[in-house]
Amino acid sequence: MIVDSYRFLPRSFRPLYEGRGPFAGEEAPVWAPFDKRLAASRIALLTSAGLYLESSQQPFDSRREQDHPEWGDPSWRSIPAAAGASDIGVTHLHINDEDIRADPEIALPARLLEQLVAERVVGSATPEHISVMGYQDRSLDGWRRQTLPELVALVRDRQADGLILAPA
Amino acid sequence: MPVLARWIEAAGIPTVVVTMMPAVAQERRAPRIVGVEFPFGHPFGVPGDKAMQRQVLELALRVLAGAGSFGTRVDVDIEWPVPLREAYKSWQPKEASPIVKKLLSTSRPTNSEPSA
Repeated sequence: MIVDSYRFLPRSFRPLYEGRGPFAGEEAPVWAPFDKRLAASRIALLTSAGLYLESSQQPFDSRREQDHPEWGDPSWRSIPAAAGASDIGVTHLHINDEDIRADPEIALPARLLEQLVAERVVGSATPEHISVMGYQDRSLDGWRRQTLPELVALVRDRQADGLILAPA
Repeated sequence: MPVLARWIEAAGIPTVVVTMMPAVAQERRAPRIVGVEFPFGHPFGVPGDKAMQRQVLELALRVLAGAGSFGTRVDVDIEWPVPLREAYKSWQPKEASPIVKKLLSTSRPTNSEPSA
């Protein structure tokens, strides 16, 4: 079964995505081998749904995006694995966030991952996961310069063996 | 997101991208891809449907740990359980995003993507 990548996309948006090829300088294969057994591995999650902790973190900056529509907030948030729907806010101006607010697991399945750890399908999960806001300036400059080094340092520090990324 | 995955992979951390647009992730040269034919905002499925979410997450884990080569793509064989017209409408924000408003007002090409 082959997924139709454009099934839910407005027809007028399709040329913005289809047939544009790789980004400049991003043509070559990149590959980090996954050496361990899954049951002995630590896994981290990353969502681009713009999740944040309502009690202790700033929302992503939607105000600046309103004023500068081609800009997106490149910062990131750390989301504890135990955070639930009542703890989590969503900043993403490009989707209806009602379903994510009702069940954040559809974007960041942290509790489900913990369940797979309990069942010994997966060795362990990092104690917190990563949230970014997926709408970015096309150059991705903010992600490249600011966010990437911090995320890589975090994932290494938490000794994750692999990362599951899910765009919103 | 596929480009972010590439950068993280290049730093030595294996990645898999679970995406509603696997063809685009392929074009952007993501190392490992799991495709879902779900509305935007729902990469792991329907709210509250733990069985569906588990099916997607387990496949993502299998592809992450088991893919043998760059560019591996496996799609999830689940049909979205909401009629297309309704699902197409309900994932979209109630108010058009700033870039879409700008596109609609100018009808000129932009250098940004409407969503990632």
